[in-house]
Amino acid sequence: MQRNRKRLIFLAVLAIISVLLYAFYDIKGGFDYAFPKRVTRIAAMMVTGIAISYATVAFHTITQNRILTPSIMGMDAMYEVVQTLIFFLAGSTSIWVVNNYLNFGAALIAMVLFALILYRFLFRTKKYPIYLLLLIGIILGTLLGNLVTFLQVLIDPVEYMSLQTFLFASFMDVKAEILYIAIAILVVACIYGYRIMGQLNVMALGRENAISLGINYDRMLMNILILASVLIATSTALVGPITFLGLLVANLSYQYLVTYKHSTLILGASLLSIIALVGGQFIVEHLFELRTTLSVIINFIGGIYFIYLLLKESRAVK
Amino acid sequence: MIEIKELTKRFGKKNVVDNVSINIKPGTITSFIGPNGAGKSTLLSMVSRFLDSDTGEVLLDQSNVKKWKSNAFAKRVSILKQSNFLNVRLTVRELISFGRYPYSKGRLTAEDETFVDQAIGYMNLHDMEDQLIDELSGGQKQRAFIAMVIAQDTEYILLDEPLASLDMKHSVQIMKTLRKLVNELGKTVVIVLHDINFASVYSDRIVALKDGELVKNGPTNDIINPQTLSEIYEMDIPVQEQNGCRICVYFNAHAN
Ligand SMILES: Nc1ncnc2c1ncn2[C@@H]1O[C@H](COP(=O)(O)OP(=O)(O)O)[C@@H](O)[C@H]1O
Ligand SMILES: [Mg+2]
Repeated sequence: MQRNRKRLIFLAVLAIISVLLYAFYDIKGGFDYAFPKRVTRIAAMMVTGIAISYATVAFHTITQNRILTPSIMGMDAMYEVVQTLIFFLAGSTSIWVVNNYLNFGAALIAMVLFALILYRFLFRTKKYPIYLLLLIGIILGTLLGNLVTFLQVLIDPVEYMSLQTFLFASFMDVKAEILYIAIAILVVACIYGYRIMGQLNVMALGRENAISLGINYDRMLMNILILASVLIATSTALVGPITFLGLLVANLSYQYLVTYKHSTLILGASLLSIIALVGGQFIVEHLFELRTTLSVIINFIGGIYFIYLLLKESRAVK
Repeated sequence: MIEIKELTKRFGKKNVVDNVSINIKPGTITSFIGPNGAGKSTLLSMVSRFLDSDTGEVLLDQSNVKKWKSNAFAKRVSILKQSNFLNVRLTVRELISFGRYPYSKGRLTAEDETFVDQAIGYMNLHDMEDQLIDELSGGQKQRAFIAMVIAQDTEYILLDEPLASLDMKHSVQIMKTLRKLVNELGKTVVIVLHDINFASVYSDRIVALKDGELVKNGPTNDIINPQTLSEIYEMDIPVQEQNGCRICVYFNAHAN
């Protein structure tokens, strides 16, 4: 539709403005020092934004529910478990913390494995498992969350302070070398993700209609869950958990772009997340002068929006 | 040809479909009738691969439906389930275009557009083709879904209570359209109906189910008579002839 194209262009312009503003604003003196750092952060924000947008929209489609985030499957909790275990067992000076590749790899692999084992186990029963899957995901997530709390009580307070920096999303100190790995994963995931967008469109009609239209539903369900898990794991291992962002941008995209096409919806959500992240980071650095963090702001706004969505849905039910 | 062979489905301890065998005769309309909970939807779900059977099998052209490739199957058999809820912003025309997905994977050719236009014509949806589905009445939405199935242009069309939320005019229109698809294009229709008179007037064959079991299966005229009907429904149903059609008069304010 013509209107959607205009709106996408508008979002793209906003995203470009945020990026340019963030890259060049107030870059006195140390251009050579500050500029590469800013570019790294922008790239990290784009990777995170696109990964979370795709994962959340696809997850909404397969669950037929727009107020869930894929991290409900216990992935955020798994990330916290890995980081806490590392600090608990090896300590903040160990190679598992100091070596960026190892830390990123451990977190990524643990999260993806967790998801794979969960799906493998559930899909063996072969009975329309998505709600069971969600339920078990929530229960395991809570269980792991409690484990994390328990371990954190036992950790030395100084170590605990440095663990904290891993447990909240931050773009301030993204490492360039793991950013390259994240970009590589994102590119591969997005190529597959792009190829199945037509199937996602059909799956939005629900399981039975999708089967009737020739979708191998149960296999696609599994593939999309794995894809979403890889994307969320990549983003989380790169910058930390940033749960509400996906919910926020996906729903804004549904409201703003009236269409069923996943290509449009996901592109819109990705642009919105780049605007939110880069624009938000700009405000955090220049307005709040780093007295707060981006994830606090995102979770604050996301939380308010979530309550608004819940109220809207409950009114719609009446 | 679709052959249902000794099909059984258990939910808990109950056989919801119990050892049912039916051959669907090509080029006919077969109506499935029977009280609520008889297992009609469950039976259709197994034919359309939504659900696995516990024992028995469904064959399409002599091979088990579970063995068919998803897309090849979707070019032969289409199904509309009993109730449809959409969570997507979609216009009527966009929904109907999904019927072409098995052929064009979302990139519609001129031929696809012709099928979509035809289906819109059959269901009389011209004046609302650009409206969003969630802004339509239940009956209009139902017609849009039926049009999607027609656009799919399959040899077999399975419809689970498609008349449920439709007024008389559109019910008759849909039954006439289905007759046309069968008579002129040689399609095969399996339809679950609640109104016995629609089954009597428009179908070639009737299959009656009760408590998961097949009670009757035969040409319409062998089923629509007071003896057989009382076996199926456990009530007296007089049958009257009108313009060559058999009408069941199952309401009578003076009887008890
Ligand atoms: N998923 C399910 N789990 C348990 N029982 C079911 C399920 N689906 C249907 N049933 C039961 O199977 C019986 C037949 O249902 P159904 O096939 O929908 O009947 P019909 O379409 O003839 O009205 C009913 O008693 C219903 O309660
Ligand atoms: Mg039913």
